[in-house]
Amino acid sequence: MVLRHRKYESGAATAYISRKQALKKLQLSLPDFRRLCILKGIHPHEPRHPKTVGKGSTLPKTYYFKKDIQFLMHEPIINKFRDFKVFLRKLRKAEGKAENDRIDHLKEKRPKYKLDHIVKERYPSFIDAIRDLDDCLSMTFLFATFPKTRVLQPSMIQLCRRLTVEFMHYVIASKSLRKVFISIKGIYYQADILDQKVTWVVPHTVGYQHPNEVDFKIMVTFVEFYVTMLGFVNFRLFHSLGLYYPPKLILGMEQNHTDDDDDVDKDDNLEKDDIEERLSALTQSLQSSIQQEPEEVDIDEFSSELNDDPDHVEKAKVEQEKLNHLQSLFKGLKFFLNREVPRETLTFIIRSFGGQVSWDSTMAAGSVYQESDESITHHIVDRPEINKQYLSRYYIQPQWVFDSVNACRLLPVEDYFMGVILPPHLSPFVEEGQDDYIPPEKRKMLDVSDSGINNSSEDEESEEEECSNEGREDLKEGDDDENVSSDEGSDHLEKKYEERRLRKRKQEAVDHDEPTKKTKSGKERMSVSSGVVEKVNLEHKLEVQTNEERKLAEMMIPKKKRRLYKKIMYAKKKKAQEVKKLTEKREAYEKQQKRPKKKQS
Amino acid sequence: MWSKGKGKKRSLTQINDNSDEVDLFSKLTTKDKDDSDMEGGSSSDSTDSEESEYSGLEDEEDDSSEPESFEEMCDSGEEEGSDVVGTSDNDNEKMRNDVQKFKKNLANEKAKHDGENSVQMKVKKKAGSIKRKSGETVNGKEEAASTSTEVTVNVPDEYEYDSSDEEDLRNTVGNIPMEWYREYEHIGYNLEGKKIIKPPTGDELDNFLNKMDNPDYWRTVVDKTTGQKVVLSEKDCEIIKRFRQGKYIDSKFDPYEPWIDFFTYEKMQHPVTNRPADKRSFVPSKWERIKVSRMVHAIKMGWMKPQQEKRKEEDQPKFYMLWNNDEQVNIGLTISDITRKYRSHIPAPKLQLPGHEESYNPPPEYLLTEEEELAWKNKDPEDRRLNFLPKTYSSLRQVPGYNELIKERFERCLDLYLCPRKQKLRMNVDPEDLLPKLPKPKDLQPFPTTQSIVSTFIEQLSHSYGLKVYKGHDNIVRCISVESNGQWIVSGSDDQTLKFWEVATGRCMKTLPVGGVVKSVAWNPNSMLCLVAATVGNDVIIINPGLGDKLVLSNTDNLIESYVPTEAKDTAKVQWEKYSGEEEEKGFRLKITHFKAVGHVTWHGRGDYMAVVVPGGESKSVVIHQLSRRRSQNPFSKSKGLVQCVLFHPSRPFFFVATQRYVRVYNLLKQELTKKLLTNVKWVSSMAVHPGGDNLIIGSYDCRLSWFDLDLSTKPYQTLRHHKKAIRQVCYHKKYPLFASSSDDGTVIICHGRVYNDLLQNPLIVPVKVLRGHTIENSIGVLASEFHPTQPWIFSSGADHTIRLFT
Repeated sequence: MVLRHRKYESGAATAYISRKQALKKLQLSLPDFRRLCILKGIHPHEPRHPKTVGKGSTLPKTYYFKKDIQFLMHEPIINKFRDFKVFLRKLRKAEGKAENDRIDHLKEKRPKYKLDHIVKERYPSFIDAIRDLDDCLSMTFLFATFPKTRVLQPSMIQLCRRLTVEFMHYVIASKSLRKVFISIKGIYYQADILDQKVTWVVPHTVGYQHPNEVDFKIMVTFVEFYVTMLGFVNFRLFHSLGLYYPPKLILGMEQNHTDDDDDVDKDDNLEKDDIEERLSALTQSLQSSIQQEPEEVDIDEFSSELNDDPDHVEKAKVEQEKLNHLQSLFKGLKFFLNREVPRETLTFIIRSFGGQVSWDSTMAAGSVYQESDESITHHIVDRPEINKQYLSRYYIQPQWVFDSVNACRLLPVEDYFMGVILPPHLSPFVEEGQDDYIPPEKRKMLDVSDSGINNSSEDEESEEEECSNEGREDLKEGDDDENVSSDEGSDHLEKKYEERRLRKRKQEAVDHDEPTKKTKSGKERMSVSSGVVEKVNLEHKLEVQTNEERKLAEMMIPKKKRRLYKKIMYAKKKKAQEVKKLTEKREAYEKQQKRPKKKQS
Repeated sequence: MWSKGKGKKRSLTQINDNSDEVDLFSKLTTKDKDDSDMEGGSSSDSTDSEESEYSGLEDEEDDSSEPESFEEMCDSGEEEGSDVVGTSDNDNEKMRNDVQKFKKNLANEKAKHDGENSVQMKVKKKAGSIKRKSGETVNGKEEAASTSTEVTVNVPDEYEYDSSDEEDLRNTVGNIPMEWYREYEHIGYNLEGKKIIKPPTGDELDNFLNKMDNPDYWRTVVDKTTGQKVVLSEKDCEIIKRFRQGKYIDSKFDPYEPWIDFFTYEKMQHPVTNRPADKRSFVPSKWERIKVSRMVHAIKMGWMKPQQEKRKEEDQPKFYMLWNNDEQVNIGLTISDITRKYRSHIPAPKLQLPGHEESYNPPPEYLLTEEEELAWKNKDPEDRRLNFLPKTYSSLRQVPGYNELIKERFERCLDLYLCPRKQKLRMNVDPEDLLPKLPKPKDLQPFPTTQSIVSTFIEQLSHSYGLKVYKGHDNIVRCISVESNGQWIVSGSDDQTLKFWEVATGRCMKTLPVGGVVKSVAWNPNSMLCLVAATVGNDVIIINPGLGDKLVLSNTDNLIESYVPTEAKDTAKVQWEKYSGEEEEKGFRLKITHFKAVGHVTWHGRGDYMAVVVPGGESKSVVIHQLSRRRSQNPFSKSKGLVQCVLFHPSRPFFFVATQRYVRVYNLLKQELTKKLLTNVKWVSSMAVHPGGDNLIIGSYDCRLSWFDLDLSTKPYQTLRHHKKAIRQVCYHKKYPLFASSSDDGTVIICHGRVYNDLLQNPLIVPVKVLRGHTIENSIGVLASEFHPTQPWIFSSGADHTIRLFT
């Protein structure tokens, strides 16, 4: 007998499975399936040919790989889900009968599952886990700020908080923070861990509003996994630095040593909160299990052997130097945080770049020195005025810290003095291409950094001075703005300006018209006027010609490619429009800024 | 046994009863109602059945008693009569008659009496029945006894027991829905197997009367099994009342009687049983001891922990070195290691990093203006380019919490587990690569590039162009044609004139009013002739414009004069006419009148034949005229569609006919169809053939220009969609490799179309110039265009009343 080949019995049609089929196969309810997918990181796949996969139907469906579902079938957690279902049934029964003992007993034996094996399965190597750390960190940082609700267990929130603090300690200890950015959504951090860029966002701590359209159960499932993952990652990271895990503070350890062994347990309970607070203050370094001084690592000569290009080595060296400079950016600087400043953020940043931080001891635990300390170099203030000022330190606004980090150098403090209108805060994550719009501030910064590399430090200083001068000017400008009731004044000025321009134009028009008038009048009596050499704008002509040629060539693009071409051109046009719009806006703004100044002079 | 016997007995009586009843009905119609009532009442209920028997018995008794007496009387009479008969037979006979008469009278009387009697009886019976019913449950016995005493003394006491269980046996159908018998006369079967006939039910009126008259109507119920009516007794009513009130049915029942315990609650001195106590009741449990000792052991060994401690430990997750031998793993296995378990692992794309506009203090240009903000707010949240409104705060302290962050995170979560992932290759295409590599237009010169002459009606307009001023048409210029040497052009317009122009100067040499809109005009291609054919209405006018060489002019006139009429019959319905007099002086020579309006006209290359399209002519829509013999013929016998235009092949005897969608190529010698070209357009507007004869272009009203290589295929070699609106005319240059298309979008596009002699090489088509100049009026742009025969110039005419020359 001849084997018959039937349609949809092999290939793509059998490689995919719809969600409904998957549920049937796994014998799970939809919420359980969802949880399983979240934990195992299984996601739908979009088939290349939906019609083949759908066995002829083109209905929009979610398809999973059949192999994925088979893989899920062997997951031991599924059994736990079933156990939990049984547990719930029993609990309901016991509650219905009001058997309190049984309820307690059942609750005690509530089935629990561990996700350790899943973490290992999803991230077979450590670097994979680091690569996928972005969402994990953002979620845990977000959850650490949540209040307790019915869905959100306090234990989970506490765990999130603990793990995030640990992670921050690691970043401080490893000096791996690279970029920081205050956005209106929260504060973005970017760290460089094992050569992987890890970015996360921490929400502003002010005000929690419970959102309506959010299913917290799903978020909690994610966080369940993320917490496990982050715990293991922290463990591994701490061990890579030779730190104890769970972290121990240097001071706390000493105290423990002095106490008797019997008292330790009691103290442990008593001081646990205290230690936790101090830990989360981030001001103290952690105790290391290995007594070792960090060495300055030079780039080995091996690299030159590997890479023949000497430029490459040179570049790498420069990069390394830059990095070292950045890592010790705030070294030797002593910061003091005023009350209103977001403490944790700034402590984290300053400590990551080698600075020392403290605050008023009445504000929170973990302050290292007092305000009266004469060695304080920078006092971070976020209010327009302060009563008692020390001469020995700069009173600056918090943005200075962020901008300095992003610029990889200590910016002139003058722009950021207390009560001064701050320069714009730019995103360090934007890398402008050729056609992109670059705001003038960024351009200035880029120029400075370019010249800074070439020139000696003296130039830099002079530039800084210039900058500071500019800053002062800006300051004046700002004052001016405040003095003039800007709206009216500017309106008035604009009108004047318009009038003047109109007049000018009219005059020009008159000038232009005169010869034509002459010709009209000259119509009556014949005359020969001396010819004027026709100005031939060659460039313009050439441009026109090339444009025309291009248009003709566009006509001949085959139909297949025309769509793509049009798309590309459309995108280009849109981009150009955007750039144009931004530059125009900026120009308008600058004009508006300058006008009151002119008026004064 | 007893019950059976009793049943039998009763059934017997009942039969009697029934028969009796029938009798009664037949006899006493007036009493009928009451009687039936009574009967119903008597036989419907269980107790009533007894009663009915009773009544039956009574009736029987009555009946039996009466006739007895009558018979006695008769007998006595007979006896008497016999005595008399004994005396004489006649007398006897007479006597007999008398007796019979008397009998009759007596019977009548008796009937009357009987009626009265039965009424009395009935009243009696009724009272009895009520009495009996009231006493039936509790003291039925007594009642029965009393009634028996009342009515008959000698009837055996059948009602000593309450036999209500067996009553239904009267009807043997059993416990079935009685509506099954709805359609029958009977309602079931008695024990004898005979039908129980349904008692008659009165109509509505009876029912109503009954309702009005009968005081017991309200407690009369129909028994379903027998169909009889039952009047409920006081007792029954009482029971129902109590039942409805939720009370005990028996009013004498006391539910709150004092309870007397079986055992006392007081402690007794002596045990109830005499069993000695078990050993286990005073020896400590062994199993408990074992269990406790096990627990103690477990606690000692640290296996078992107090609950709180246990719980605390369980809550704290334990972390350990999950990735141990990472150094080895790190080297070679990265993503592939994941894919070992996860088929085609696609890592989730990272979120986009924030730009300058997200800053809390962005540069001023990133802030939205009021209009932009409004536009942002009005947009659907999914369509917004930014999912937030850029804002500026003067200091960090003023930055509020961002409400949408949680939602954003949640959406990210949804994306992570719900969104199908697919690897997409990002195309990094340079748009320059997409442009076809074509030779530059500069290298393909010469071709017309600039506008040099404009003929207009309005002086000022032409003046502003700085060109010479001549009077032109004052309506749409529909058609133009160039003389074979290129010295003159002729134009036909909607202003009902033909104008002849000199090309070199742009001067209008001659204007001929033709008295109709000129649809098409064509200059004879033969350089030895100076003739112009123009179509006006139903006519084709042949004109000698009188321009150029005199020799040629006279030659032309001679040719026309030399015509000798022959007898040959024309196949086409056309008339040839010669102009004379004034009109001849003007230049008009011949007029060919057709049966319908004429559209397009074209000359054969030699100049003797001329093909005309008659758009409404159906099968005769193409007419070919021969000038020298003034003969016309219709080459086709059948119409193949709306003919748009026709063309002669420049060198071979081929004839092209373009219908709306197809171009047919006919061989004129063989008189057959050689090719049918599929144009793939909706509506062909015009057609032009390459001077080489192997290539053809067609223009269409759906903006397409198709190039056919006749040797290659019947499908277009290339389709160009350069124009944005309908193409009006296409044309080839006779010498240069150029072709042009003029369109309603006001442009004439010149293309370079080189045809190679090598058959393997396909024609090269390059657009070289877009000529603008014509303005669009009433959405009509350029209507006609034609190349100069020798120079790379092109003439075009349009709806703006102008003719333009591009050189």
